[in-house]
Amino acid sequence: MSAIYILWLRELKRYVRSRAQIIASLGQPMLYLLVLGFGLGPVFQRAGNGNYLQFVAPGVIGMTVLFSSVFSGLGLLWDRQFGFLKETLVAPVPRLQIMIGRTLGGATVAVIQGLLVTIVCLIAGFRPASMLMFPVAIAFMIAIAFVFAALGVAIGSSLQDMQGFQLIMNFLVLPIYFLSGALFPLTGLPKALAYITMLDPLSYGVDGMRSVLLHQPPFQPAFGLATDVTVLACVGCVLLVVGAWRFSKIEI
Amino acid sequence: MITVRNLVKTFGTFTAVSDVSFEVAEGEIFAFLGPNGAGKTTTIKMLTTLLKPTSGEIELDGLNPQIAQNEARKRFGIVFQDPSLDGDLTAWENMEVHGVLYHVPHKVRRQRTEELLKLFELWERRKDQVKKYSGGMKRRLEIARGFLHTPKILFLDEPTLGLDPQSRNQLWNHVRRVNEAERVTVFLTTHYMDEADRVAHRIGVIDHGKLVAQGTPKAIKEQTGTETLEDAFLKLTGSTIRDESADSADMMRQFAKMWSGGKR
Repeated sequence: MSAIYILWLRELKRYVRSRAQIIASLGQPMLYLLVLGFGLGPVFQRAGNGNYLQFVAPGVIGMTVLFSSVFSGLGLLWDRQFGFLKETLVAPVPRLQIMIGRTLGGATVAVIQGLLVTIVCLIAGFRPASMLMFPVAIAFMIAIAFVFAALGVAIGSSLQDMQGFQLIMNFLVLPIYFLSGALFPLTGLPKALAYITMLDPLSYGVDGMRSVLLHQPPFQPAFGLATDVTVLACVGCVLLVVGAWRFSKIEI
Repeated sequence: MITVRNLVKTFGTFTAVSDVSFEVAEGEIFAFLGPNGAGKTTTIKMLTTLLKPTSGEIELDGLNPQIAQNEARKRFGIVFQDPSLDGDLTAWENMEVHGVLYHVPHKVRRQRTEELLKLFELWERRKDQVKKYSGGMKRRLEIARGFLHTPKILFLDEPTLGLDPQSRNQLWNHVRRVNEAERVTVFLTTHYMDEADRVAHRIGVIDHGKLVAQGTPKAIKEQTGTETLEDAFLKLTGSTIRDESADSADMMRQFAKMWSGGKR
């Protein structure tokens, strides 16, 4: 257990120390929130969908948690390059504990980032229907963080170097974000697109957060809370198993 | 302390280590020498549970590292060819992480970290992030860390690569001091023959995966009829240059250097 704790603590310490990175990673969510939020606002309103800033805020929070958790998993590649991975892999600790420590750490960092962006959203004018539902929204952030931290570890364990990073970014992470309904409602989409969005785990996370934070018309949930929770839990478990399996196969 | 019998490792059709046998006694400093690509690192990887031998037997302190992996891992420390520190953590924190991963009790961990950091002359800088350290300091910290869990064996894979003569000299003095004080068995590889001559009690020379000579530095020089260990080494392994094909790990290292500008 202490091994899990110390690796979790390490991720947190590294996060707190990279202040420039924290600020930099808030830049993109702010761009989406402020530029799209206010830029598309009038069109969205005219289409009868209500306030776009209200709509997009949970999506931007979801995006932050997604990016932050996938990257923390891919941080494995950095540790491989700078050697620290070897130090942990040759220690008398089961690999599963090392994987869990890293994933927990990455997920924690992602949730902290999500909370920071939530504060930015609140400052920008985001008003959730009820503050009482915030803990449930945080639970959704945690679920998203686990799903994608595990995905990051699975990918990070399977790649040898940073060469594949752009590929992962452009063909996996960005599509997950854009297809999740973070930026547009999932209702009334063309059939093909609708099916693709249903395959995206983030869709359920964002839908869940919206359901608890907005939960009144004009907002309509795309799947319903029960579906959101079930899908996230199942996908999370599967990805954790896959991540642990890939991690156990790392050779150095 | 280390017993290796008929060790073989093949990668596809390529035989990296071919029928190697040797023994290292407790408290001994054993230098494992060989040209690039001779099989040194492959052997160390097998000894340290990172690679499975194709055939042959390994015993570390009476344990088979294949079967009792975690027990064996507690008994040795390893300093890899390339750095394995966390540059964002301080020296103290790097030691802490290591101590926890090796199940060193809290109190012992603190005490031993202090002792070792003082011995390796890093105590004053313990609260600095490791990325701000010089190359020599990083190496010293890695070796100090390797000793933290009081291993019975310390593996050093080219620990002095890229260090100036002063740092190399100082580093070996430290290693010798701990070797004498704690009876730690040291298994090292190096390309600096003068170092091996000065530090090692016994030497094994490997070439093309085969052990070509074994004995004290003096015996090896006598056996080959040469004055220096360097000459003996060249006589044993020939003077042609070995080309190592760059594997992905090497390319990663290059890439890492480019990225960090050598800061890490």
